[in-house]
Amino acid sequence: MTEPDQSTADGSPALRVDHLWKVFGPRADRIPGSPEGELSRAELRERTGCTAAVKDVSFEVEQGEVFVIMGLSGSGKSTLVRCLTRLIEPTAGEVSIGGQDVAALSTSDLRDLRREQVSMVFQHFGLLPHRRVVDNIAYGLEVRGEKKSERLARAQEVVDLVGLGGYESAYPDQLSGGMQQRVGLGRALAGDPSILLFDEPFSALDPLIRRDMQQEVVRLHREMSKTMVFITHDLNEALKLGDRILIMRDGEAVQVGTPDEVVGAPADDYVRDFVSEVPKSHVLTLRWVMRPPTSDDVLDGPALPVGTIVQDAARTVLRADRPVRVLDGDELVGVVTEDEILRVIVAEEDVA
Amino acid sequence: MTVADAAGRAGSRRGLALGGVAIVWIVLAFVLNGRQTLAVARSDLSDFQRWVNGVNEDLGTDRGGNAVLRVLDGLSSALGSVVSTLQGWFSDAPAGRPVPEVGWLGVVAIAVLVVWAVAGWRWGVLTVLVFGAFGTFGYWEESIDTLLVTFLAVLITLVLGIPLGLWMGISPRVTTVVTPVLDVLQTMPSFVYLLPITLAFGIGAAPAVIVTAIYAFAPVVRVTAEGIRSVDPGVLEASESVGTTTRQRLLGVQLPMARRTILVGVNQTIMAALSMVTIAAFINSPGLGVPVITALQSLDVGTAFTAGVLIAIMAIWLDRVTTQAGERTGLVRSPSRTRRRRAGLVGGAVAAGVAVYYSRLYLDLAAFPERPDLGSPVRDGAQAVADWVSDHGSVVTRPVTEAFTYGLLNPFQALLADSPWWLTAGALVAIGALVGGWRSGVTSVACVAIILAVGIWHEAMVTLASAFVGASITILLALVVGVWMANNHRVDLVVRPVLDTAQTIPPFVYLVPALALFGTTRFTAIVAAVVYAAPVAIKLVCDGVRGVAPTTVEAATAAGSSRWQLITKVQLPMARSSVALAANQGLLYVFSVVVIGGLVGGVGLGYLVVAGFSQTELFGKGLAAGIAITALAIMFDRMTQGWVRRTSPTNQVVG
Repeated sequence: MTEPDQSTADGSPALRVDHLWKVFGPRADRIPGSPEGELSRAELRERTGCTAAVKDVSFEVEQGEVFVIMGLSGSGKSTLVRCLTRLIEPTAGEVSIGGQDVAALSTSDLRDLRREQVSMVFQHFGLLPHRRVVDNIAYGLEVRGEKKSERLARAQEVVDLVGLGGYESAYPDQLSGGMQQRVGLGRALAGDPSILLFDEPFSALDPLIRRDMQQEVVRLHREMSKTMVFITHDLNEALKLGDRILIMRDGEAVQVGTPDEVVGAPADDYVRDFVSEVPKSHVLTLRWVMRPPTSDDVLDGPALPVGTIVQDAARTVLRADRPVRVLDGDELVGVVTEDEILRVIVAEEDVA
Repeated sequence: MTVADAAGRAGSRRGLALGGVAIVWIVLAFVLNGRQTLAVARSDLSDFQRWVNGVNEDLGTDRGGNAVLRVLDGLSSALGSVVSTLQGWFSDAPAGRPVPEVGWLGVVAIAVLVVWAVAGWRWGVLTVLVFGAFGTFGYWEESIDTLLVTFLAVLITLVLGIPLGLWMGISPRVTTVVTPVLDVLQTMPSFVYLLPITLAFGIGAAPAVIVTAIYAFAPVVRVTAEGIRSVDPGVLEASESVGTTTRQRLLGVQLPMARRTILVGVNQTIMAALSMVTIAAFINSPGLGVPVITALQSLDVGTAFTAGVLIAIMAIWLDRVTTQAGERTGLVRSPSRTRRRRAGLVGGAVAAGVAVYYSRLYLDLAAFPERPDLGSPVRDGAQAVADWVSDHGSVVTRPVTEAFTYGLLNPFQALLADSPWWLTAGALVAIGALVGGWRSGVTSVACVAIILAVGIWHEAMVTLASAFVGASITILLALVVGVWMANNHRVDLVVRPVLDTAQTIPPFVYLVPALALFGTTRFTAIVAAVVYAAPVAIKLVCDGVRGVAPTTVEAATAAGSSRWQLITKVQLPMARSSVALAANQGLLYVFSVVVIGGLVGGVGLGYLVVAGFSQTELFGKGLAAGIAITALAIMFDRMTQGWVRRTSPTNQVVG
């Protein structure tokens, strides 16, 4: 994925989350902002009987960005994504979508938001077993009152888009898991929303099917450039899809950053432990491995942009008989030699 | 570890306390036998009973003055005219015609067409045989009347019950309000419904429809709500995420996904309705109950058996057809099969129309022919068997009857009914609290107080003794057969269909064979009650034992457990909550039949309820007896429910 170009669009983020809390339990609304809010999960539970699923989380998602929220089970990521369209009511904090304050919406405005602007894809698909594939895909259009002929025509387009051609009249239980999730994806796309939310959509699928579906998401994003918020517990999935990644633990945001930032500069031991198994050469860019040029360096060798992934730079660097210059635009920001590349590729050393 | 220790200590303390209560009770009962038992002569009435009699007389003589009564009467007469119109079409010749509008051939054709459409052609063929039996046994008109009253009542129940069930399914608040009402409706023995209904509506076909509709109400509401609640929350959330309204979710997601479950509720409702319609013969409902009751009262086993067999056949047929119809919903058929099926049904409808037309033209096709007559041989055969049993069978039945009477029934009756009332009451409350928890103890206090207040203590305790013996036999049977079935697949294959069938037959049909075997003794009602209650209890124990994780059984076997150790140390302890539930259901079923047993010379409350129908001066006493039975049933229901809750692995409410 490309770096999100933050300067385009009209400057306002597609989605903004500000100090969001979700606390379950008796009199939950007194926790956010109080001294109890600072307690760890276990202590909070001990003292108040409440569980803080989402704890003071803030982030922004730009137009067209793929934003991944990653964490282990119980980290609050699924609760967080449900708070965005109030499938779960947040306890405190603000969510704004396209500039609208979601918390302030009336029931019917909220319904319109779900119908027109934000769609969701679920881990367990959530398909209607008594409806055919095409009727499942047209479901969102049906509930917003579109005429049958129009919604079926639109659903047919989506059927082809998500690769379900020929299965229009099948029932969900006649399809494999991967195919069922294509239906879920189709249902979300049919209403042409501006934001797509994915709640661990591929966790229930076999590894090979999962890879296909990830490719599918990459393709759809390229073709339609919709804003996506993607929940996963799979770090490789997060690195593959995310323009930026938010890492959660026990309801709190631990780190937000691009894939190479997360791998290159983990915010704490938790994240470091998390990313330790990732092949760094596949994620890190030259920015993370270069060193400043010294007076000994001969600076007439080949040049590479600073955003080049180490793996891709390896061939050029290893073949060159002098240091490779690393450029940010036209400016020289550092050099890399065999040493730096091999440290990452062979030794898999930490760079930070 | 400590939690388990504490639970174990609490368990053994509870056992000790129960033993203590039992010892004190038995010793005191022995010492104080016969004092303060509150036994009264049959004609002695309490204040409450006299007051009810007064109300009954007032309602009987002057109904025009009261607005509520006028509404009830209006409802009753409207329903009455619906029933008589239906009868005029299908079963009973209307004024000015020698035969009903639609003759037997037409009725059979319509029935076959409907069954074919909902359940498939095989069941349509079977329907011909079933209706043939109605006619050839000589009870055509009664059979059709039973079906008419049942279907009218079921229609009312479904129209009111399904919407209420839907509402309950989506609203926890409605659930909280409605559940206790449904609990009482389902705990009340069917027979007890009849007296209050006559108070409000009098007797006849219309009150029969109303009481049947009320009795059949609880299952459909409950099952519908359960169906709605069990819809996959993930699907519901996905539907909410696309912006559906509550109404769109209910009609587009929950209702279609709960359809199969709701149809199970419809099946249960139809079966409950049929069982009530037969009993409603007591309040002059037309139908097959009438010959059974008349024959039972004159101890004419042959006739009771013939009509009883038809009730059983009708029950099995209705159950199979509605179950089949439920399983076929949502069946995906290929387009060509759909076309063929539609063409077939249209052809069938035309054929049925022709049959109806001819059944109006020819008398032979209108009134069911008198030959072949299968009724007489069946009646004579059953009577001959009954006579033989009463002449020769007593060699076997008398010792059995006496063993149970002197060994179990009389001691229990002495303990419960012949000891001072305060002793029995105290013991019942103590046992209620120890077995079912403090809430059950409070319920016990209230129920004991109600029984004392309506002035029918002694008779209630006599009934309780019978019910208790019946329930004990039922549970013993359930443990033996249930465990056997669970451990032996072949036994299960043979026994389960028998149990399924036995469960569908209305309870008072069982009185007929019991009467033939044991005559007019207390034991007859107990036998009928056990036969009626055993299937459900056996199935619950069997399913509970089979629900024990196979890995646990495997581990115990690997540790060298014998078969007996496996059953007593692993399977039964782990299936404890199922055993408790079996006890709960068994007890309620036994109560409902022990009451009907009053019909064949039982003693206690059942006899009083029956007497309440026939003698106006005993109406109040009959109603009091009904209230007392309900109080007893609720008391023991709460007690065993508390036990179920305590033993259930997840600690959730079961049933």
